[in-house]
Amino acid sequence: MPEVILRATDLVKHYPIKAGVLRHTVGHVKAVDGVSFDLHKGETLGIVGESGCGKSTLGRVLMRLEEPTSGSVDFDGVDMFQQSGSAMRRLRRDIQIIFQDPYTSLNPRKTVGDIIGEPFEIHREVVPKGGRKKAVQDLLDVVGLNPEHINRYPHQFSGGQRQRIGIARGIALRPKVLICDEPVSALDVSVQAQVVNLLERLQREMGLAYLFIAHDLSVVRHISDRVGVMYLGKMVELGTEDEVYQRPTHPYTQALLSAVPVPDPTLRGKREQIVLSGDVPSPANPPSGCRFHTRCFKAQDVCSVEEPEFVQRPDGAGGHRSACHFAEVRQIVPTSDIPTREPDEGRGSDGARIGAGAPPEDVPAPGVDERGVIDPTRPAADYQIGHDDVAPEPRDRQS
Amino acid sequence: MSATTVDTPQEKRGSGSKSKYVPQDGCLLEVDDLYVEFHTEEGVAKAINGVSFDLSQGETLAILGESGSGKSVTAQAIMGILDMPPAKIPSGQVRYCGRDLLTMDPNERRHTRGPEISMIFQDALSALNPVFPVGWQIAEMFRQHRGMNKSDALERAVGLMERVSIPAARERVKAYPHQFSGGMRQRIMIAMAIALDPAVLIADEPTTALDVTVQAQIMQLLADLQQERQMGLILITHDLGVVADVADRACVMYAGRLVEKSEILDLYAAPAHPYTRGLIDSIPRVDQKGQTLAAIGGLPPNLTRIPPGCPFHPRCYLARDICSGERPELRELVPGRFAACHFSEEVLGA
Repeated sequence: MPEVILRATDLVKHYPIKAGVLRHTVGHVKAVDGVSFDLHKGETLGIVGESGCGKSTLGRVLMRLEEPTSGSVDFDGVDMFQQSGSAMRRLRRDIQIIFQDPYTSLNPRKTVGDIIGEPFEIHREVVPKGGRKKAVQDLLDVVGLNPEHINRYPHQFSGGQRQRIGIARGIALRPKVLICDEPVSALDVSVQAQVVNLLERLQREMGLAYLFIAHDLSVVRHISDRVGVMYLGKMVELGTEDEVYQRPTHPYTQALLSAVPVPDPTLRGKREQIVLSGDVPSPANPPSGCRFHTRCFKAQDVCSVEEPEFVQRPDGAGGHRSACHFAEVRQIVPTSDIPTREPDEGRGSDGARIGAGAPPEDVPAPGVDERGVIDPTRPAADYQIGHDDVAPEPRDRQS
Repeated sequence: MSATTVDTPQEKRGSGSKSKYVPQDGCLLEVDDLYVEFHTEEGVAKAINGVSFDLSQGETLAILGESGSGKSVTAQAIMGILDMPPAKIPSGQVRYCGRDLLTMDPNERRHTRGPEISMIFQDALSALNPVFPVGWQIAEMFRQHRGMNKSDALERAVGLMERVSIPAARERVKAYPHQFSGGMRQRIMIAMAIALDPAVLIADEPTTALDVTVQAQIMQLLADLQQERQMGLILITHDLGVVADVADRACVMYAGRLVEKSEILDLYAAPAHPYTRGLIDSIPRVDQKGQTLAAIGGLPPNLTRIPPGCPFHPRCYLARDICSGERPELRELVPGRFAACHFSEEVLGA
């Protein structure tokens, strides 16, 4: 296994709840409550969980956008939370983030060139001043946008294109770790695959490690090497993609997996469904003992008293970490294995460079060039300008 | 007390009094060549361009599409809740039990909303009124349409809240929408929608804002209610997984048109339109490993400038010269299977 690039140990982030005129602290929202994991070089660690489980807070703490309440993060041999000033700034070159919402995470008053070039403004040693425009244009090219659009504003791009801008900004400093906080959940289905494929291509080319935070278990399975499942601020199960999806031992993971709809009507009524009752409890007042016991179909008396340890538990093949007193393998989704095909460079599965020629999805703002206008006399292929990876070809269907 | 209302109080469908709307040959709702456009400063956005489908009693029809495909506008046109202007319906019919809703007297139409056709929205927090208790809002259906008094109506609201499995319904009937979780709010909206026992229920992305475990609960509830009341259900969603789980038939929309209409098993087994095919190939599946995602290149078109010919041709892997010149009509390939593509046979055979 490749070496560890980032190790989180017992990370805790509590937000105080204040009340009254004097703003006394009356309690804490335990957003992240003791999470530990390793992230290896060049791998993708998926973090899944429902809203309020603390997965986004985890990402923000790892970026040090939030100071943790306790715990430590060792990044490439350096204790991240002990760094200050210039050392921390230097560290930030190696760990970057892309956000969920491509509409609010880009400054609407800055051009794309300014947005992607801003990392170079802060880390001036990376690219000499004269070379910045070129560097930004190269980045636009890498993420599949037209380098000539450097002077456009975010509102002139569609959601998928905006997410590409966010990705270009994230990889500008050639980080070692990229935290992806729900990078595709705001996108349409057909555009989502483009961005997922782009992220996979960038990982191959740049050797990035991803911490991929998402609520969509299908997307996480597709992109991740290892997966961690979170519930109410705790990691409840962590293992390789196979271990978590094919040999889940925690009842919460099993319930989550059984609730994911599978786009195959022939499986209707044949899939095992574990319907959980109730909603996720409030992280301000999490249940005692095992936090999942209030919704768990296996809960017994011990569960409300004693918190299960997050340790290696048998899964029928080696075992992986899980936090349940009654951990037991139960296969929920029978998986068909599709032999991995070599990435076909001529195919352009991420639809890169589409943005250059295709009509913008949004209403064009004044000044949008002629490229956005459909010309019926041009053959269809012209709309998909691109050298390496666009020409669509009949797909070989796999079944 | 019902003297002032047009409706007479009626009890549950099928248990006594009759609705004046009677389904013809089991067919409840027919949408016929519907067009909707929005007049905006940027030009005319053609949101729906000739959509036709029908819905039978007890059937679940899914309308699948991405944002901007016109699926929600279709629902709003059926419900008659489009803002006009800017929206305009230049042509088309929406027939409910044979009667065209679009030309119906507004007052009469108002009395179809609730007792005959009702709707669930995606975002329950903004669909519910924040300044009234939820029980009051559910009871409003009975006060408005059945002429009940406050206490009787509230009693019915409690019963409905129990039916949609809201714990401690009697205590919570006076609570406000913000005091409920997302899943519970969705249940309240469902309670409101089924209050008057409608024949048609339109669910517009009912679970998109919800977590996956809650989504499973809500879809289960909708399925049970439909079974119990034999409602026709129109499920509008972008989620191919949800559709596969519940729908009998599906319509796929792209740029305001139906590109495919088919039985659910056929649609997934062998899509007849390149767009449907692209959608199915581009989503990761939780039960597959090592899948290659075949993304559809490009973006959905701007509705003010829909490409000529087939609206999908700039993104289509099969596109040929004819596709940019001639718009393919929705045609029946085999009985019950419709697709709007010049090369559907090729797509099917591939």
